[in-house]
Amino acid sequence: MLDIDIDIHVNGVPQRVRAGLSLHELVETLELGSQALALALNRAVVPRSRWSQQILLAQDKVEIVRAIGGG
Amino acid sequence: MMQDDVQNDGLTIAGKHYRSRLLVGSGKYRDLAQTRAATESAQAEIITVAIRRVNIGQDREAPNLLDVLPQSRYTILPNTAGCYSAKEAVHTLQLARELLGGQNLVKLEVLADDKTLFPHMPETLIAAEALVRDGFDVMVYCSDDPIQARILEQIGCVAIMPLASLIGSGMGILNPWNLSLIIEQSRVPVLVDAGVGTASDAAIAMELGCDGVLMNSAIALAQDPVRMAGAMRLAVQAGREAYLAGRMPRRFEAVPSSPLAGRIG
Repeated sequence: MLDIDIDIHVNGVPQRVRAGLSLHELVETLELGSQALALALNRAVVPRSRWSQQILLAQDKVEIVRAIGGG
Repeated sequence: MMQDDVQNDGLTIAGKHYRSRLLVGSGKYRDLAQTRAATESAQAEIITVAIRRVNIGQDREAPNLLDVLPQSRYTILPNTAGCYSAKEAVHTLQLARELLGGQNLVKLEVLADDKTLFPHMPETLIAAEALVRDGFDVMVYCSDDPIQARILEQIGCVAIMPLASLIGSGMGILNPWNLSLIIEQSRVPVLVDAGVGTASDAAIAMELGCDGVLMNSAIALAQDPVRMAGAMRLAVQAGREAYLAGRMPRRFEAVPSSPLAGRIG
């Protein structure tokens, strides 16, 4: 495993993470609890079943969303 | 028995049957406890929710909306509130479908400007077409223009949801004539979406022949939201019953209710 970091964006905020990180590991790191979530990588929805296989690359843009009160 | 009639007079959307014709939003409440109490008082079965970014670093033990309004108990209807383009709306609903475990029933709204929150109809049509092609069952917020409503139905939307007046305005049914035209021509459910302010507005919508009413501010911004939710439940039922009963005709003349014969001399 290369010991370098990469720059990505998560919900519009720049983050520095280690290279080789998967989406699953990213979500775990962010400690978002057990709430229902959905995730898009570079504007494409990634099903939860594929989070472990999807490895993040530099400049990746991740959106993590949940349901909130709304009209 | 009236109760049986109420049970049998259900609402069918995209092949699924609902007893309640009152749909509610989940925004603008004081807290999740009030959200739940009002929703229960409304006896709503379909609840709209918004899809937003998680707060990174937020307290992970804090309860979430879906904890309080679980999918096991309610039909959670994701909306595209805050979307100003077809592209944004489609992307949001693709995320929503994943979030809700593959549910295809969604509510589409594409806004044109943040002052009026009026629907952007050209973008709405584009989004509706894309979503229907992608297998979604689309309930769509739209203007009360009967031609736009017809086009949306032709595209394959499962419910037409014209505004009664501006979102959050509480101004009630401003154009019952357009609403009637839409109801008359539609072969899919028509539900008023936006602008309901108080119980009579909901009853009027149902008396016109709407299949249901969606409201949020009318309940959440009432002095007593839980009580207003109950009032709305009754109003929707009363309006529906009046519609099914068939109202008396309106006429600009007086007609006495008591017979003339035998009046005391």
